[in-house]
Amino acid sequence: MAPAEVDRPVDQGKPTPDKPWVTIVWNDPINLMSYVTYVFQHVFGYPKKKAEKLMLDVHHKGKAVVASGAREAMEHNVEVLHGYGLWATVHQD
Amino acid sequence: MLRSLVSQVMDLIEPEVARATDLDELEALLQADAAQPPKDPVLARLLPDGYKDDPDAAGEFRKYTELALRAAKHESAQLMLDTLPEEGGKIQLTPEQAQAWMKALNDVRLALGTKLGVSEDFEAQWDRLGEKDPLRTAFEVYAWLGAVQESLVRALW
Repeated sequence: MAPAEVDRPVDQGKPTPDKPWVTIVWNDPINLMSYVTYVFQHVFGYPKKKAEKLMLDVHHKGKAVVASGAREAMEHNVEVLHGYGLWATVHQD
Repeated sequence: MLRSLVSQVMDLIEPEVARATDLDELEALLQADAAQPPKDPVLARLLPDGYKDDPDAAGEFRKYTELALRAAKHESAQLMLDTLPEEGGKIQLTPEQAQAWMKALNDVRLALGTKLGVSEDFEAQWDRLGEKDPLRTAFEVYAWLGAVQESLVRALW
């Protein structure tokens, strides 16, 4: 299947207003799987199954997107997650 | 022993907490071009970057958040020390106290784990230690802390 040709605006390296921002959590060898799952439930209100799936994604793939939205909201997430000792970073999708 | 470990983590974090209440220091920090990540690997793990591969953004983020993060960790550690009985024994915690314990315990594990250089293969690392290796005790403590934290998580779940 051939991709359609689209006229793309030149990326000047500045954050574009309509590209969403994401919170990424990175795997580390110290945090307990149960703890990470608990934090995802507690911080984001995710049901246990979803929190567990995200935790396993972090564990097996090295990282996972745990939330998306406005930049300030993602920065707030990172602050909260760092408070729990997870390593999280903000990225533009 | 828990008391000693928690105190050590607090000492690492504490000097900067005094700065948080000093408005002049705070202003100086905010005016600095960007805050630098800590050189100490344990501190760097406790206070990680908020942006990856972007030192400018990470510096800005750190400038505005590091002091609050240090203060929050300090508070959890202090609460844990305050609720830890001198002679040990059974402890009753409210849900809020249990949350603080969980975070403080995690900070201690992060500190110890980083110092020991634990990997995903922690058990194998432990097995490779010689019988008389003084690090054995540290690994045992690290494992025990994990078990304590695990039981706390399950209690709170």
